[in-house]
Amino acid sequence: MKKYTYTESKDTRSGFGAGLLEAGKEDENVVALCADLIGSLKMNDFIKAFPERFFQIGIAEANMMGIAAGLTIGGKIPFTGTFANFSTGRVYDQIRQSIAYSDKNVKIAASHAGLTLGEDGATHQILEDIGLMKMLPGMTVINPCDYNQTKAATLAAARHKGPVYLRFGRPVVPVFTPEDQQFVIGEAVMLNPGTAVTILATGHLVWEAIRAGEELETLGIDAEIINIHTIKPLDERAILTSIAKTGCVVTAEEHNRIGGLGDSVAQLLAKQMPSPQEYVAVDDSFGESGPPSALMDKYGLNAEAIVAAALRVLKRKVAT
Amino acid sequence: MVMTKHSIHNLEAIVKQVRRDIVRMVHGCQSGHPGGSLGCTELLVCLYFELMQRNDQFDLNGEGEDLFFLSNGHISPVFYSVLARAGYFPIDELATFRKLNSRLQGHPTTHEGLPGIRVASGSLGQGLSVAIGAAQAKKLNKDKQLVYALMGDGELQEGQVWEAAMYAAHNKMDNLIGIVDYNGAQIDGATNDVLSLGDLPRKWMAFGWKVIEIMRGNDIGSVISGLRKAQASTGAGQPVMLLLHTEMGNGVDFMMGSHKWHGIAPNDEQLRAALRQNAETLGDYIIS
Repeated sequence: MKKYTYTESKDTRSGFGAGLLEAGKEDENVVALCADLIGSLKMNDFIKAFPERFFQIGIAEANMMGIAAGLTIGGKIPFTGTFANFSTGRVYDQIRQSIAYSDKNVKIAASHAGLTLGEDGATHQILEDIGLMKMLPGMTVINPCDYNQTKAATLAAARHKGPVYLRFGRPVVPVFTPEDQQFVIGEAVMLNPGTAVTILATGHLVWEAIRAGEELETLGIDAEIINIHTIKPLDERAILTSIAKTGCVVTAEEHNRIGGLGDSVAQLLAKQMPSPQEYVAVDDSFGESGPPSALMDKYGLNAEAIVAAALRVLKRKVAT
Repeated sequence: MVMTKHSIHNLEAIVKQVRRDIVRMVHGCQSGHPGGSLGCTELLVCLYFELMQRNDQFDLNGEGEDLFFLSNGHISPVFYSVLARAGYFPIDELATFRKLNSRLQGHPTTHEGLPGIRVASGSLGQGLSVAIGAAQAKKLNKDKQLVYALMGDGELQEGQVWEAAMYAAHNKMDNLIGIVDYNGAQIDGATNDVLSLGDLPRKWMAFGWKVIEIMRGNDIGSVISGLRKAQASTGAGQPVMLLLHTEMGNGVDFMMGSHKWHGIAPNDEQLRAALRQNAETLGDYIIS
């Protein structure tokens, strides 16, 4: 098992804030909009550097999506900012008609995704957003795993032509990906080559997958671990190549079991390479209030759950 | 008497032809929305042929030209006809309206690459926000041209419109002219019966907009002078709202005075009657 270490922990949303500032320096057409959550979205540095390119929308997310669509008519590259819940479910029709169907170059930056939003509870913890966004034709869906990767993903989103859903979170998590990484949309990152079982993880679950790989190694199981930072378009070649070798897969995500990364992988496998698969995901329920790490434990979104899923799927592989 | 680029007589001729296009298009596919389309015919003809400064070539970004956004996308027949008559795409393409493999979808879209359309609309309440974004981009680009957005009055029941109204006034979007097709009717009946709009002029004023009301929205002279007044009111630190009193189904006698022609198509006999009332002026589109 390849050794992964980290010297600091940071929130992915701060990676977005840093990436947005860089994107703003790189292209003067980059503009930002926010629905009364500047501090939460870490937009302060961008606003300080480019005050005339920032639009405070107020608590009016539907209007924000429409204004973002309009800004692209005139060549701007708008990043909208609010929590993932208010970036998707609340404004699905505005995104669908004014952005996706209209082929607008809008970047939907969604913070506080999933359970790790914590104490605010289920009203704010969306677990359906990946599903909602990936169903839209032409939408790119990205869920990076740490500060450095979120910063790189933000720059890549700005350079990409077309609508992007960029999902990140609130809590601090280990920073273990390289600062100078090249982020290629739709290209999975191999974290550890292995032969026994494939673990496909996205977002905050990527670090948990690495921890699970270390634990599996002590049990004599050689896991292949891949970071699926882009859920759409899915890196089908990387996934099929890996599962052709290992013969089984665990998918891990901070999302509902229905509609997330696991379902995208299952659809691919059903068509191309039927294989045993286990899900590490929320089992079709809402979240609740609590400290982020306690919530992840209660809902089975941690390294231990990935190890257990790997052991289950290995049994099914032997049985087939 | 207002001074115009085209004579009122010429604009009236275009209006008549657009009315013919509308009823023929809706008849041709036996679906669509003739009522609101006919009610806004004078407005769109005056905007595209008289008031708006437009580039010869269509470019989606529309730099250096005035932009128009149709938020109530269901009146696509009048929009398509005016765009074709203004030269954005071949007139005969109007015959494909709402048919399979057409660029003229039931509601306007950029998805099929139809020149003249800048955003999809149809799901109501979204167009004013998009127009604000385009107007904001014009300000950033130091582009002095104006942005227009047309909404239906029933559409004002959508909450997003009032989010946009608040934003435009707060941000002094004085390069934006909103227009409400104030015909008092929607699919299920009179707006006053379905969900009253209340005192619309005072509502927009309270939201911080400069309000201009045109009582005769199907009279070319009144529409032009109203639009001129709206143009003259831009650049003064507040968005401008034109409340245009129109009649649904205007120009076709049996469609007027009722909401029932909001979204139904005429039969063969009704088509003949509608065409008799609007003589061919610029040549009908050909159905191949």
